[in-house]
Parts: sequence; C-alpha cells; structure tokens
Amino acid sequence: MTELALLALQVTDPLRLPNLVPFMIFTVIKMITVFTVTLVGVALLTLAERKISAWIQDRHGPNRVGPGGLLQPAADGLKNIMKEETYPDAAYKPIFILAPMLAFIPALLTFAVIPFASPISTRWGRIDMVVADLPIGFLYILALTSLGVYGIVLAGWSSNNKYSLLGGLRSSAQMVSYEISMGLSTVAVLLVAGNVSLNEIIFQQATTVWNFFGLTIAFFIFLVAAFAETNRLPFDLPEAESELIAGYHTEYSAMKFSMFFIAEYSNMVTASALIATLFFGGWDIPFTLWDNQAPWTIWKTLATATAFSVKVLFFLFFYMWVRWTLPRFRYDQLMSLGWKFMLPVALVYVIVIAALLLWLDWLGIRPGAMWGAILGGVNVMLAAILFVMLDHGKLISPASSRAQADRLARLRAMGVRPALTPDSVH
Amino acid sequence: MAIGVKVLDRPTEQVSYVRAMLSGMALTFKHMIDPHKVTVQYPEEKWPISPRWRGTHRMLTDETGKSKCVACGLCPQICPANCIKLVPGEDEEGNRYPLIYEIDEFRCIFCGYCQEVCPEEAIHVGRHYENSEYSRAGFVYDLERLTAQTHPVCEMWDPDDPKGE
Repeated sequence: MTELALLALQVTDPLRLPNLVPFMIFTVIKMITVFTVTLVGVALLTLAERKISAWIQDRHGPNRVGPGGLLQPAADGLKNIMKEETYPDAAYKPIFILAPMLAFIPALLTFAVIPFASPISTRWGRIDMVVADLPIGFLYILALTSLGVYGIVLAGWSSNNKYSLLGGLRSSAQMVSYEISMGLSTVAVLLVAGNVSLNEIIFQQATTVWNFFGLTIAFFIFLVAAFAETNRLPFDLPEAESELIAGYHTEYSAMKFSMFFIAEYSNMVTASALIATLFFGGWDIPFTLWDNQAPWTIWKTLATATAFSVKVLFFLFFYMWVRWTLPRFRYDQLMSLGWKFMLPVALVYVIVIAALLLWLDWLGIRPGAMWGAILGGVNVMLAAILFVMLDHGKLISPASSRAQADRLARLRAMGVRPALTPDSVH
Repeated sequence: MAIGVKVLDRPTEQVSYVRAMLSGMALTFKHMIDPHKVTVQYPEEKWPISPRWRGTHRMLTDETGKSKCVACGLCPQICPANCIKLVPGEDEEGNRYPLIYEIDEFRCIFCGYCQEVCPEEAIHVGRHYENSEYSRAGFVYDLERLTAQTHPVCEMWDPDDPKGE
C-alpha cells in the first residue's frame, strides 16, 4: 500500500471516530469556536481594511479608539446598534428584513466543512478539526456559495429603489456568470485529488504537490471568480458607489446595513479559507510530512491551525491589497472576462488536466513526487502560454485588444465613404 | 469628407493589462510599507500657518495691561463688514479710551483693514483658527476678551518687502 492510501485510511477510518455523546459535545465546541473566531475576525477585518487602505494611501487610518485603533470595530458596532432602523415606505418589508439574514447565513455556513487543523487523538477517539466532515464537502460549498446571491438580489428588489434594483441585477448576473468558471476551475482540483472531501484534497496536496504549483491556472481562475463571488473590487459592481450610491444596500441602515458588511467579510474569510484549502494545502505545513500523520497531538493541531491561519490571513490581505489597487470593471468587461475568457479557459483546462491524468495513469505513474513534478512541469508550460497570451492583450477586453485587420479595413472604408450626403442616407 | 481613423499601435508593454496590474500592485505595496505618512495628527500636531494668516482679533495692551486703543474710530470707519462697535470715552486727563469695543466675529470678513489702519497698533488680526463656541453670542468679542487673547498676531504685508524676507 502506498503512503497516500495509508494516510487516507487514517482520515476516513470510521472505527476511530468517537461515540455519539462525545462527538456531539466536541462538535458543539467546534461550532462555537469557529463561529466566534469568524465573527471576531470579521470585526477585526473591518479595521484591517481601513488600516490597509490608509497605509496604501499614505495615511494612518483609525487610531483614536483604543491602542492603535483596536477598539474601532467595537465603536462601529455600538454605533450601528444604536442607530435608527429605517424602513422605506415603498419597501416590501418581509423580504427587506429577510435579505440581510440571507446574505449573512450562507457565508457562515460554508465554513462548516473547511478543515482548519489536523485532528486530535483523545481518549474518546479522533476529533477532526472541522465542524462537519461531509464526504461531499466540496459540493456543499458550491451549493451554499450560490445561495449567497439571494440576499443581495432580494435586498435590491425589496428596497424598491432604482439603485438597489440595479445593484441586485448586476449582482445576480455577475455571480451566476462567475459561478460557472469557479465550479469548472475546481473540477481540475477534484480530478487531481480524486475526491470531493476537503480533508482528502488536503492530504493529496500534502503528499504530492500543492495545487498552486500543480494547477496554477485553476488557481487564478478560482481566485478571480472568488473575488467576483464576494463582490469585492474590482468586481464590486453591485455596490458601485460612484454609480449606484451604495447599490443593493442603499436603503438599509443601522444593524441591517452592518449585516451586509459582516456578510461581505465572512464571505471573504470563507473564500480565503477555500483558496488556502484547495490550492495551498489547507492546514498542511510545507516541506514536511510530520504534520500529516499520526500520532495526532495537540501541538500538531496548534501548529497546523497556525499554518492555516497564516494562509487565510495572507489571502485576506491580498483581497484588500487588490481592492485598494485596481479600479472597477466596466459592465461589458466584466461579462466578457467571465464568459469569453474564464469560462473557455477553465473548460479547456479541465480537458487538458483530465488528459494528463489519464496519460500519467496509463504510464503507471502513481501520485507521488514524480507525479507532482510532471504536473508541475506541465503547469509551468501552460501558465507561461496563458501569460504570454494575456500579456499581448488578446483575451481580456475589447478595450485592450488591438483592432483586427479586417475591422480596420472596414473602419477605413467608412471613412472614405462620403458621410451625411443625401445618397449615403438610406 | 473622410473620417480620420486613428489607429493606436502601441507596443505591448504599454497596452498589457497584466503588466499594468502588476506594476499597480507593486506601487500600492510600496506605499503601504512606506513609513512616511502624510496625515497630520491634528489635535497633537498642527501645520504651521502663514505669518500673514488673518484670524480672530486680538487687542494689544501697554505695560500697565490697559488696551492700547485710543478710540480714534478709524477701525469702525474702515471696516467693510461693519462689525466693530466702538463707543469712545475720555478720562480726567483727556485721554480717549474705548468704553465699549466689540467685534462681531461672525460679521467679520478678516480683511485685516482694522489692523492696517490702526495708528496705535492696538487691534490686530490673529494667527489662530480654533474658534468654537457654544452660542452665537460667544462670537461677539468684547474688549476684555480681545485683550485676553494670547495667540500671535498677523504680520501685515509690507510693500517694501513683498516676499517677507
């Protein structure tokens, strides 16, 4: 039996899971921990966002409440709770109230299946450091992330405000478009792992090569799609302050408004955790297999949890870094990027990876170092090709590509034709 | 009548979105780690204001602590906003002094004519800008208030030394 299979056996062996009562107790503890960490993290992220934006713009950022502005989130929360809840006369109240909850809940639910550390062996059995170790973990994530759009669309619609409605419409178009590329990009990951359980995906990456090095293109597609799914710049068209006041949450105030913010940041946390899990080995500590095998100790769990947090925090930082660098897409650019570039690339990529895996299988190369090296080599080649094509501006946007020869000829011919003379008007 | 179609055939390094994006990210990162921040932490730090800044007034006093004003009436005369109220008085020795000297800082347009016209160099506009009050009445500065001000006063423009050297 290969090393991978042995490792996989340790994860899935049902005999070693604890009995029902300890299992329930530990699950409740894990739920509370994850919930608290996520919400406190979200609060601190609002501060981090303002701090990072300030630093990028050569400012200091909030620094008046508490040491270094650390209590700013508390002040903001207090302010939002004290503020008046306004209900526009024209709004459809039941959905108007429901929408912030709908935006908020799926964001938190998604985190349930993400493994955040290595398991612990206790005398009641092995405790997996994931709230719900679903065997179909990844499908659950795809299902829940597509629910996130409802909160925004319903908020936009029930506000009965033109800006809100436009924001909601944009959000639905955007999220539906990018969900496809997102799903397709992860097909490659699932193919490589041969499984949809997130723990299996992590073990596969730990034993061969991180998917970032094996599936860079899938990573980039997933990254861009995740930005679009979380409505963050450069994909914040649903909000679009300069065009739509505040987009879908124009009519919201106080805590309901705040709820959308919490939803946005929880989505960011979840998306960062997903990127870390799918492409950066989750809680795996690189260059060592020490953390991926029994005996499972508390130190191992803490170390891997730290590794996971570092990865997630990096992507959260990356989210903010990108937000304060890139301007918003124009609507047609957004659509052409989603449908004309990312979707075909993701499709072709799935085929290429599937063919490559089949070929490796036919050659008899099993997942391992050699297998990882071949995957990485092919990946570098593909990424280089894509980069050169992108660099030459052939793929992204009508604005970036140079006019083609036939189109140029047509434009020139138009110039030669006498314009606005009686015989040219038909 | 031909339409001139301008074809921009710029080199790749100028039109590449990828490179523009990467250089943009590099720039923002550079600014983020740059410890030099331009924000002035206002209540603690303040920008220096111009020596010719014209803010709320200050009445200068002589050695005995009395205001230098001789109630000549030039400042209410020249004041374009009509914000100075002066009622002159005269003591036993025949020296004129202001019985009432009030400046309505809300009406004042801070032109500084009062300081320019004053023969005794008594009334000045000040280098000062923090003027919060709890009531509108607080902005009518009486003589007591004007003499109690301590902020530095404006240096008027000198035609012989236009650059203030």
